[in-house]
Amino acid sequence: MQQAFASLIGALRQQPWALWWIQFRRFARIEIRRNLFTKRAWWVYFLAFIPVVIILLHLLIDTHRGFNMSDDTQVLAGVVQLYYVRLGIFFGCLGIFSRLIRGEMIERSLHYYLLSPVRREVILLAKFFAGAVSAVVVFGSAMIIDFILMYVGYGAAGQDYMLHGPGLGQIEAYLLIVVLACLGYGSIFLLLSLMFRNPMPGAMLLLGWEAINPVMPSLLQKFSVASYLRHLMPVSVPAEGVFALLTVETEPVSAWVAVIGLLALITAVLVYSCIRMRRLEIRYTTD
Amino acid sequence: MTPANDTIRFENVSKFYGEVLGVNRITLTLGPGITTLVGPNGSGKTTLMNLMTGLVQPSRGTISVLGLEPANATQFFCNVGYCAQFDSFPRGLTGFQFVLDGLMLFGMSDEDAHGLTAESLERVQLDAAAARRNIAGYSKGMRQKIRLAQAIAHHPRVLVLDEPLNGLDPMARAESLALFQELGRQGMHVVISSHILDEVDRISDRVVLITGGYLIAQGNIHEVRQEVRDKPMQVLVRCNSPELLASKMFAVNHCVEARLHTDGHGVFVRTADIDQFYRVLNEIAVEGLVKIEAVAPADDNANAIYQYLIGSDGSAA
Repeated sequence: MQQAFASLIGALRQQPWALWWIQFRRFARIEIRRNLFTKRAWWVYFLAFIPVVIILLHLLIDTHRGFNMSDDTQVLAGVVQLYYVRLGIFFGCLGIFSRLIRGEMIERSLHYYLLSPVRREVILLAKFFAGAVSAVVVFGSAMIIDFILMYVGYGAAGQDYMLHGPGLGQIEAYLLIVVLACLGYGSIFLLLSLMFRNPMPGAMLLLGWEAINPVMPSLLQKFSVASYLRHLMPVSVPAEGVFALLTVETEPVSAWVAVIGLLALITAVLVYSCIRMRRLEIRYTTD
Repeated sequence: MTPANDTIRFENVSKFYGEVLGVNRITLTLGPGITTLVGPNGSGKTTLMNLMTGLVQPSRGTISVLGLEPANATQFFCNVGYCAQFDSFPRGLTGFQFVLDGLMLFGMSDEDAHGLTAESLERVQLDAAAARRNIAGYSKGMRQKIRLAQAIAHHPRVLVLDEPLNGLDPMARAESLALFQELGRQGMHVVISSHILDEVDRISDRVVLITGGYLIAQGNIHEVRQEVRDKPMQVLVRCNSPELLASKMFAVNHCVEARLHTDGHGVFVRTADIDQFYRVLNEIAVEGLVKIEAVAPADDNANAIYQYLIGSDGSAA
């Protein structure tokens, strides 16, 4: 057993990690450039910045008459939980991550990468990383702007809330949610795009699954991105009717368990994606 | 015998796309030089090339290229370049960026990658101004050239070219053929599939004939022609008196056809026994009645072999 472990370590050490790291970085750089700075990216920006525009209008038109910071904190929590996690990041990641492999197959350009001296696992992980960075940059910056615009109208009190009050912890939690949502949904959409020619039906099923997940048995709740993210919300959102389904916390767990649970789910999805990637064949005529 | 790490080997390779046959039971060894894959549309040429480069995986059998397998991408693709038939590119790139991006994945420095990019563009004769333009605005010939530049930029030992002459004008075709010839002379393995048999025929060291997913024949063009025994060989004899030569040839049993050349200075002779034919021709020459200027086989080229073995005109395939 010890000998097998030693030989495994020896074999791992012999791998060209330095070269893989260079390839990973260069591949990711190419992908990030394509994800963020092409015309195709505009609608991801649109999804991310809709709330920014609405909150900006709220700031300019309402000038906080009849509102207080507590109300706006609830509104912001609702925007994160009901819009960003459920719709914005969900569909943004669907666009970004399903394009990474499937989009290239549709455009018949994936073979250039499969013919490069880069292991397919490195290609997949670099693409995933690039997609995650792109999604986090877009949605994370939108989230920060939302947060600032929501409180900046309150003047010194708002500034104090953001920098010295509970606001700082809240924005950290929201950014953590954005990062994990991008990684979680991204990994699933990447896998769906490897499995199906059209990942959209799978994505719609996932959307439905995420919606009904809170009423599922405890074991099934482990297979949901949104269920982990709910546990990380710094502000609970009181919702009624159908929205209650989206915010209910059926089985409270600690934040670190939620983070580790989601990371484990992401790792499992990525490992399986790597296996699919190794078996991937280029048959554009049937794709 | 060429060593295994200097050959491309297919051992009993089959590929099925569901129930559709791609190629079946292909056993083939290709050494250095230029090999042309010849066969009609859907015969399995592209499947063979995709199998060779790992874009598809064999249903059965094993493939190794210079002793390497595509699963070991790092080593494999340092030695192999593939100019595929797919006429598409990653969006938003200039020709220069396209080649450069590919080279950067080899882990080389910016300076080396820029140098090799410029060198490969020069080899395919794509000028610098065109290379700085977006590929989306390229003509078909330019797209073909930039794909070729990308495939050869890293100086591979094996170059696989799927229909590399498609879309090229006659001048560019001649330049490309000269480049392939030069690469073949340098000891590179160049595997070409092309419909333009007349042109690739001139530079090929060997042909692989394939139809319906089955390997029909392989080897040096002249050897393959010799193997086609049921088709009499055709020889063009240039002489001062073709009518007299034709009449003398008809007098021997093995001569099945004699046809005057359209320019009136030669005769095409079809013979069932090439050795006998040359013996008789020598005798005629010694007699001195006919002054023989040149003798050349007229149908041991890829196009003729294609017609004999596969049954249609290669140029139309």
